[in-house]
This record gives sequence, C-alpha cells and structure tokens, in this order.
Amino acid sequence: MTTELLNVEQLRTHFFTEKGTVTAVDDVSFTIHEGEIVGLVGESGCGKSVTSQSIMRLYDEYMVEYEGKIEFNGDNLLNYPIKKMQKIRGDAISMIFQDPLSSLNPVFTIGKQIAEPLMLHHKKSKKEAYERAVELLALTGIPSPEKRVHEYPHQLSGGMRQRAMIAVTLACEPRLLIADEPTTALDVTIQAQILNLMRDLNNKLQMGIIFITHDLGVVAELCDRVMVMYLGQIVEEADVKTLFEKPLHPYTRGLIKSIPQMTGERKSELSVIKGNVPSLTNKPKGCRFSTRCEFADEKCLEEMPPLKTHSDTKKVRCWHYEEIIAREEGGHVHASST
Amino acid sequence: MGIYILKRILSLLPVLFVVSVVIFGIVHLTPGDPASYMLGEEASPEQVNELREELGLNDPIPVQYLNWLGGVVQGDFGDSYFMNQSVLDAIFSHIGPTLSLAIVAEIIALSISIPIGIVAAIKRGTATDQSVMVVSLMGMAIPSFLLALFLALIFGVQLGWLPVAGYQPLSNGLWNHLQYLILPAISLGAIQAALIARMTRASMLEVLNTDYIKMARSKGMKERTVIYSHALKNAFLPILTVIGATFGALVTGAVVTETIFNIPGIGQLIINSIERRDYTIIQGIVLFVTLIYVTINLIIDLLYGFIDPRVRLDSK
Repeated sequence: MTTELLNVEQLRTHFFTEKGTVTAVDDVSFTIHEGEIVGLVGESGCGKSVTSQSIMRLYDEYMVEYEGKIEFNGDNLLNYPIKKMQKIRGDAISMIFQDPLSSLNPVFTIGKQIAEPLMLHHKKSKKEAYERAVELLALTGIPSPEKRVHEYPHQLSGGMRQRAMIAVTLACEPRLLIADEPTTALDVTIQAQILNLMRDLNNKLQMGIIFITHDLGVVAELCDRVMVMYLGQIVEEADVKTLFEKPLHPYTRGLIKSIPQMTGERKSELSVIKGNVPSLTNKPKGCRFSTRCEFADEKCLEEMPPLKTHSDTKKVRCWHYEEIIAREEGGHVHASST
Repeated sequence: MGIYILKRILSLLPVLFVVSVVIFGIVHLTPGDPASYMLGEEASPEQVNELREELGLNDPIPVQYLNWLGGVVQGDFGDSYFMNQSVLDAIFSHIGPTLSLAIVAEIIALSISIPIGIVAAIKRGTATDQSVMVVSLMGMAIPSFLLALFLALIFGVQLGWLPVAGYQPLSNGLWNHLQYLILPAISLGAIQAALIARMTRASMLEVLNTDYIKMARSKGMKERTVIYSHALKNAFLPILTVIGATFGALVTGAVVTETIFNIPGIGQLIINSIERRDYTIIQGIVLFVTLIYVTINLIIDLLYGFIDPRVRLDSK
C-alpha cells in the first residue's frame, strides 16, 4: 500500500443558517493514498461537494463550523490559521469545479489565471509563469497554447475551458486534486476526453484524486475505490470492482439497479429508488436511508447504524445488509425457478 | 474599435432629433409669451404683436422649428431674447460652475461610497453592514435642498468654516474655488453616494458568490487579491452604469442646489430663462444637456469594453 495522503476522520460540517444549524456532513471518515483515484458518489445534496469544500475550508469561516480531523501529510488542516491554509490551497491541494464557464474569471486571460498560483506559491516571475502556463495548456491537450494563453474564457469552447481549468489546478503540481463533477457540464464526447486526460495526468504525476460525481458510469471508468454518500454520511465504501459486482447497501443497490441497461429486452420499467432525499433540516432519526428503504424496520427507524467493516476493502452502514442480500438472492432463485 | 465609436456617435443623431422636436413643442405650446415679457406690462397689444412678428413668433410652429433647426445644424443656436448674447455664449459662461460642482460632488460620492459598499459586502449581515445600509437609506431619503440648508447652517453660519454661498472661478485659485463648492457638492453627492454604495454592495455580494471567486480562493489567493482584483473588476460594471447615470443627473439636476448656494450655473440659467420664456435659451440648454447625457453614456459604454473583454471583443 502506498503512503497515506489525506486522512479525514469523523468530519462534521455545520452551517449556521437563519433556520438554525444545519449539519451537511455528518461523521465522514476516509483515507486517500498517493496516486489513487477515489470516487465520491451520491445524489445532489448528499454532501459530497460540502465534503470536498470542507477539505479546502472554502466556506466563510463565520457561517460554518468543522468538527473532526482533516489530516493532510500528517497535519490537521482544521487547526491551520487561514493564512497557512491559503499556502496549501492551489499548491499542495487544488480543486476543479463543475462548470468551467462560471469557474474561470471572465475578465482575466487564461494565462493570467494559470500564472497566478505559480507566481504566488512558486515565486515565479511573470515571464516564467506564462511560459509554464503554455506548457500546462499543451499538457492538457489544448491546440496552439501560445495563442490560447492570451485569450479569455468566453473565447474557448466548453471542453477547452475545462482543460484550461485543469491546467490552472495542475499549475503547482498538487499532491491531492479534488475534482467536483468536472465532466457533468460537458458533452459526452468531451467527457470521455477529460476522463482520459485525468487518468493520464494521474499516471504521470502520481497525485491522489477525489473524484466527485453522481454518474456511476464515470466511476466505473475511472476510479480505484468508491465511497457512496447519502444525506451527509458515507453509506458504503468499496473498491470499484466489488461495488458493482456485489453492492452491499440497499441504497447502492438501488443506484446500480437504476442504471439503464442496453442489453436484453427494453420492455421492463426502469428501476428507481422510491421517494425523495429528505431535507437536511428534517433528517430521519435512525438510519438516514430508512425513509426510502423497503427493508427498514423498527431498529432502522430508531438507531443509526455504524459504518461496519465488511472485509478489507469494504465498509457498509446498514443494520441488515447481510439478510437483505441473502433474501434478494434467494428471491431471484425463487423467481427464476417458477 | 474606431468603427464602433463612429457607429455609436451616429446612433446619437436620432436621439438628439427627437429631443429637439419634443423640447421645441413643449416650449412653444406652453402659455406665456416672450414678447410681452420683453416689453413689460404697459405695452399695447399692437406693440407686442409687432415684436412677435419681428422675432418670427407669428409663423406656424413647424416653420419656426425648421428655421431654428436650420441654425442648430450649422452650430447657430440663436440669440437670447433678454441677454445680449448668443445661446452658446450664455451656456458656456454658465457651464463651468455646474461642471466643477458635478465633478467635485462625484469625487466625494465615489471616494465614500465604493469603499463602504465593499466593506458592507464583505461583512454582510453584521452591524457594520446594517449601519451602512441604514445610513445610505437616509442619504437617499433626505432631499438635497434640506441637506444643503443644514450644511450651510452648521458649517457656514454656526462654525464659519466654509462660505455660506457664492462662487469663485478656478482662475482665482484652487482653494478659493473649492471652498465654495464643498458644501453644495456634499449635499448633491449624498444621494449619489448612497445609490453607488448600495449598488457596490449588491454587485459585490453577487460576484463574491460566484464560482470563479471560489476558484480564486481555492488557488490560494490572498483575500485582498480576491476582493480587489478578482471580484471588484467584475462587480464594477453595474457600478459604472450607476456612476454614469448619477453624473448625468449631477450636471443637470443641480438646479435647486445652485439656487440655494447661489452658484451661477446652468441650473440658474434655465430657471431664469423659463420664467422669462426665453425660448432659444431653454431649447439650447435642453439640447446641450441631452448631448452631455448621451456623451457620458457613450464614455461609460467604452469603459465597459475596457473592463470587460466580452464586450470589447464582441464589438470588434
């Protein structure tokens, strides 16, 4: 096993809002190793973006409170004063955002936006930084980078903007890259190119990547390990292969079942998870998924299950997952025999 | 860019034409007669009629309009009926004080409003923010003539720091010039400051919530760089629009303030001219003011292009 890069322990992120305190991330723990791509999956509002922005501490400090530990290279980032945090951001940890148009500053050239962190963190001169910016644009596969470096975001196509943003985040060769739905706003063909690019860069630069997405197809394509989040908690963690082959948590099973299948007859209805995600201000008392889980019983409604270690590579947060799997598999056998 | 500017200037012509028709119509259709003012109350109707004939006021209004427009196109705005000078001379001898006042007022307004707008946006929801909002609301609510009277009473009469009223041209020395302008400029600039402060706050709040600001922070940029470079440059566009609009209002809307502080500007000129039905002067001033307004707007649009590459590159 390679070296540990990031270790998040029992992270809780509370927001102070007009309606009271809202806990968007509730007891999240995970580890990222060097060179590893880890997917963070869940529906909108499950807390995956909040988790990633908590790692960078990007929320206004007066409206948020963090609990737990975020250890990066052995130091707890939550204890850092903001000045020290600014030194880490963009240098050792950097972040790709979802929408490349709204995340690049419209009034600055691409070159300036790539050069900024280099001049700030690596004390490069303006000339050196721009030269490096051209190299980085070339690295991300942008054609005629020496011309593009002087252009503004609105002059680039969607795919190129996302490449430019990746160039910005790679400028200082971060050890950890957080990619928050980097392909969601892009066309499918561009998506594939960006995913390939990220895999290449990961191979070349050996950085750890947290890849946030709601697209399980992308996860299967790119990630080594996956964490599934639901309503502020990790409900299942596994390596990619076993997650798809043998999902444990009823929520994960629902998610995987709801991927449309292109094989076989297309007459059967698309499987969906019933109900809606409850709001953060109205969380179920016991298991967070209990309101939508067809297997939920008294215990599920009353008591929160812990994140149990199932095997070396798998963890799951469910009281009854073993019985449920046994029952479902039994059911399948039964159904096919009649 | 050159073609763009030319196009914009050409597009001003229809605006000026419409304004000229409207102002000519309003002036000539309102009751009152310059001829009878000129001759005084004792004049007989025959005398008045004779003078009207002489001034061309008995011609049909369209004919009068075309006669006037013919002159204007050649740069001749006509002569004042009452003052022994041409309209252009009258305007130019009065525009200096008005422009000085407007510029000083705008400088005062900007130097207060933009910093406090930014601070309010950064500290949104705090006591600082709320007091900025309350003070700016008061600034907008207090009529400028009332503020002018208070200021003159306190700083002019009670404390005696600044002259109560009057005007000295810049040629008499900078301080002489400025000391007469400070009080009227504050009373005029207060409303503008309030408006600009609110716009700055709103615009900054919007920009500070955008993804590219989050991105700038995630690159490790210092908070100062984020706010004054990344955010302000984007937030400045709507602020610029308000500055343009308020500056136009300063040039043209200082009538009351000029009267209170006895500043011989455009405001006084137009008030006197309306009273005397000095048609040519009224028409000349309104057209001139329109020209100032549209020119300011043009400058603002060009500044837009200067700040925002999306505007600049699209207009190429």
